[in-house]
Amino acid sequence: MTAGGDEFEFLCRMGDNALVLGQRLSEWCGSAPALEEDIALANTALDLLGQAKMWLDLAAEVEDAGRTSDDLAMKRDVMDFRNLLLVERPNGDFGHTMTRQFLFDSWHVEMLKELADSKDARIAEISAKSAKEARYHVERSAETVIGLGDGTPESHSRMQTALNELWSYVGEMFHDDEVDMSMARSKLAPLPSNLRSGFDRRFRKVVEAATLIPPTGAYAHLGGKNGIRHTEHLGHILTQMQWLQRAYPESEW
Amino acid sequence: MHPDVSEIWNWLEQVPDPEIPVISVVDLGIVRNMTWKGQTLEVALTPTYSGCPATSVIAMDVETALRDRGIDRICIRSKLSPPWTTDWISEKGRKRLEEYGIAPPRQSGGPEKCPLCGSKAVERVSQFGSTPCKAQWRCKSCLEPFDYFKCL
Ligand SMILES: [Zn+2]
Repeated sequence: MTAGGDEFEFLCRMGDNALVLGQRLSEWCGSAPALEEDIALANTALDLLGQAKMWLDLAAEVEDAGRTSDDLAMKRDVMDFRNLLLVERPNGDFGHTMTRQFLFDSWHVEMLKELADSKDARIAEISAKSAKEARYHVERSAETVIGLGDGTPESHSRMQTALNELWSYVGEMFHDDEVDMSMARSKLAPLPSNLRSGFDRRFRKVVEAATLIPPTGAYAHLGGKNGIRHTEHLGHILTQMQWLQRAYPESEW
Repeated sequence: MHPDVSEIWNWLEQVPDPEIPVISVVDLGIVRNMTWKGQTLEVALTPTYSGCPATSVIAMDVETALRDRGIDRICIRSKLSPPWTTDWISEKGRKRLEEYGIAPPRQSGGPEKCPLCGSKAVERVSQFGSTPCKAQWRCKSCLEPFDYFKCL
C-alpha cells in the first residue's frame, strides 16, 4: 500500500471512531437518566461529530479521489468503516455507556497528545484542537465512573459488570498493525502500543478510586480498525445514521 | 480603492454571535485575520468547539455583513491552528457576557461569582450546558441557576 493509502486509512480510523461514538451517544438524546446527563452526552456527541468532520475532510483530501467527508460518512458500508470495535458496542445502561466513554477518552487523550506533534501539520492542528475537547470529556467520564463505582451497591455492581464486559475491547486500541507501523515510521502518528502506559496510569487511578476491580484478561477482540471483522452492531448503527442517503440517494440539504 | 482592514474590523464588531447575541464575533475571538489579496478580502475564522453548529452560521453572517458594506470578493477560510481559546475573548466581551447573565471563563475552571447577585457561594450543576461552550452552575445565595462560559 502507498504512503498516501496508509494515511487515508489512519485518518478514516480517527474519523470513524469519532463518528460512530458520536452517533452512539446521540441515541441517549431525550432518554438519559437526568437532564444534565442528557445535555452532557449530546454535547460530547457534538464535539465528536465536529472532530469526525475534520478528520474525514482531511481523509478525503489525502485520498484525492473526488469524495467528500459527507460521502465517506454517509455512503460507505460496514466493511469500509475503520472504527474500533469498542465504539460500536451498544450503549447498555448509563453506567455501561460511561464506562465505554471513559475507556475511549483515556485512549483518545493520549493519542491526540502525540498526534499534536505529527509531521503532517494538518494532522497536528486537528489533534491540538480535538485534544482540548477530549481532556474535558475524560475529566467528566472519569468522574462519573468514580461516582457510580463508589456509589450504591446497585451502581457499583453495574459498573463492575460494564468494565468486565468491555475489557476485551480495550486491547484493540493499543494493537499495532501495518498501517500504524507505516504511520509511525513516517513520523505521522505514534505507535498505539506506546500509548498504553499513559492509559494504564489514568485507568488504575480512576478504577481504584471507583472501588472497582480491574480486569486482567489479556484477550483482545480485533478487526474493527482494519475493517476485517466488525460486530453485527455497526450495520444497525449505519442503517439509522445513513438512512436519508439510503432512502433518497444524492439528496442534499 | 478598497476600505482599510482596520475599518473592516470595526464593521465586524457589529456582527453578533448567533447563540450569544450580546457579544460580537470579534469580541469572541473568532475572527483571526483579515488581509487584502488584490481585490479579494481574505478572512480567517476559527471554530470555538469542533462541532459547534454556530460556526457555519457565523461564516454566513460575516459574509453578509461584508457584502452589505459593498465588499463582494470575499474568501472565508477556517483556521484551526492555534486552536481557539477563551483567552481570546476580549475584556469588553467578558463584561457583556456577565451583564447578560453568563459568568465569564476563568483559568481556575469555575466562575468567580454569581452573575445575577454577585455572591461567591456558587456550585457546579453540570460540566455541560445549553451550548458546547457553556456549563451549568447554581448560586447558593440567590438560588438561581446560571450559565458559565467554559474555560478552553
Ligand atoms: Zn446569585
